[in-house]
Amino acid sequence: MNIIVLVKQVPDTEAKIRISDDGKHIDESSIKLVVNPYDEYAIEAALQLKETHGGEITLVSLGPAGAVTALRTGLAMGADKAVLIKADDSRFMDSQTVANHLSKVIKEREFDLILGGKKAVDTDAQQVGSLIAMDLNLPIITAIVELDLNGNQVSAVREVEGGAETVTCQLPAVLTCEKGLNEPRYPNLRGIMMAKKKTIEEKEISDGGIAVEIVSMEYPPQKAEGQIVGEGPDAVPELVRLLREEAKVI
Amino acid sequence: MAKILFFAEQRNGELRKTAAELATIAQRLAAKTGGTASAVLIGPDTHSCAEGLGQFGVKQATLITDSNLANYSTTAYALAVHKLIDKINPDLVLFTASATGRDLSPAVAGLAGNQVYSDCTQIDFVGSTLKVQRPVFAGKTLMNIAIDNKIAFVSLRPNSYPIKENACAISVDEFDPGLDEGAFTARVTEFKTSEATRPELTEADIIVSGGRGMGGPENFAGIEALADTLGAAVGASRAAVDAGWRPHSDQVGQTGKTVSPKLYIACGISGAIQHLAGMSSSKIIVAVNKDAEAPIFKAATYGIVGDLFAITPVLDAELKKIL
Repeated sequence: MNIIVLVKQVPDTEAKIRISDDGKHIDESSIKLVVNPYDEYAIEAALQLKETHGGEITLVSLGPAGAVTALRTGLAMGADKAVLIKADDSRFMDSQTVANHLSKVIKEREFDLILGGKKAVDTDAQQVGSLIAMDLNLPIITAIVELDLNGNQVSAVREVEGGAETVTCQLPAVLTCEKGLNEPRYPNLRGIMMAKKKTIEEKEISDGGIAVEIVSMEYPPQKAEGQIVGEGPDAVPELVRLLREEAKVI
Repeated sequence: MAKILFFAEQRNGELRKTAAELATIAQRLAAKTGGTASAVLIGPDTHSCAEGLGQFGVKQATLITDSNLANYSTTAYALAVHKLIDKINPDLVLFTASATGRDLSPAVAGLAGNQVYSDCTQIDFVGSTLKVQRPVFAGKTLMNIAIDNKIAFVSLRPNSYPIKENACAISVDEFDPGLDEGAFTARVTEFKTSEATRPELTEADIIVSGGRGMGGPENFAGIEALADTLGAAVGASRAAVDAGWRPHSDQVGQTGKTVSPKLYIACGISGAIQHLAGMSSSKIIVAVNKDAEAPIFKAATYGIVGDLFAITPVLDAELKKIL
């Protein structure tokens, strides 16, 4: 079973985000970059499927040259090989262009399944997996929290408002992974050593990307400074009064 | 003269609150540009839902009632909407950024070779240019985008737009997209209704959340009692979820849900940056924490320093007196 896993390198969720001097991007000079957390669930799901069904796992990423670090992490977790589509300043590249580049690379390979994170925690756009599925005319199930594979039959669970859906489809398919699907493993020393010998194929983008027309980036409005109402249970009546009379929310 | 189409969500013949939000905003944008707003609803029993949209000033709705679409299927729903788009040529297609909307909207946009501007918290026409604002990095920064596309696909964050009633007569027609079996590549075969009686985190007006300071899963009973007094949803920080105290679906923050209720009560939550990102757009934030230096107090409108186990029962009792 050959699996493609889509990977993006993103700022760590604990990172403070600063807007760059041009006011349209972010300053990445001193940010810790990591594998997108949702993509880790996808890598882990792929590793578990490989343990049962065999086959090969290929990571595919679009990003600047530095994104090889994220791919190395995925290889150290146990993926077999990786492809980096090199594109500088691509963090906010429009999702359809990203999907086109990824589809092109995927189409050159034999695969049974494409896995990705539910979304990347930088742009929060949550659509590249779906756009690839539409482009390649494949079934898509997004934000899965359970996965069951029986022959070519996929059964996955996704949580929606008011309940949980069980969705079925046939392979080949695109599945995107939500927190709760599994617990991603940490790369061990042996994995890290082996990853150094695995190949990362690099591709250049020839036709360039269409950037989203970002007018500006801004910080969320600063809230007025809050107040400490008091200490301990004695402060509760005053809190309730403020919520009712000042804030008018209850 | 913007022609606007919006996907109105319903479940079991009941219009979702987010559909009323979309109707309000679609109607406002249509009025501003001298254009039109119409709804599309999918499912066999959607007629009364469509009529309900008239309450928000929507004058036209199209139903796709194919009985095969009783259960959600991403590709089949996307194709159905895509074919309706081909027929009516809208300038703007709106979705709610709900679980279903976030699944459906990129599929619809993808079929048109386009993308969706997802989870926007502001939308407006300036001349013929559509301007949207969308939080990125879970709201640590906001991105302003100008869209001049011939057709734009946008999903709007639930709970970010007030509902405005403005009753009018609505005309309802039907559209048959003529889907064949091949459209149903993935389909929902079972829907398990959650037993929770509390509102959805993303749609709730009030949320009571617990963090590491809760000390264990058994202590969430106090938070749940407080939530029920307020008619609130229950949330949790990443620490509480990763410890296995609460389900993943309760998590608020950058790898969980982004919420914007009127009132967010954070109990025993220190205020890690990834948590603040997910809830700082709440209108009023109350923090209860024993550590006076906890970063959550910087984000809070009102704070009480002290033992949450002493404070929350008193808060519950005080609220019961007035609610």
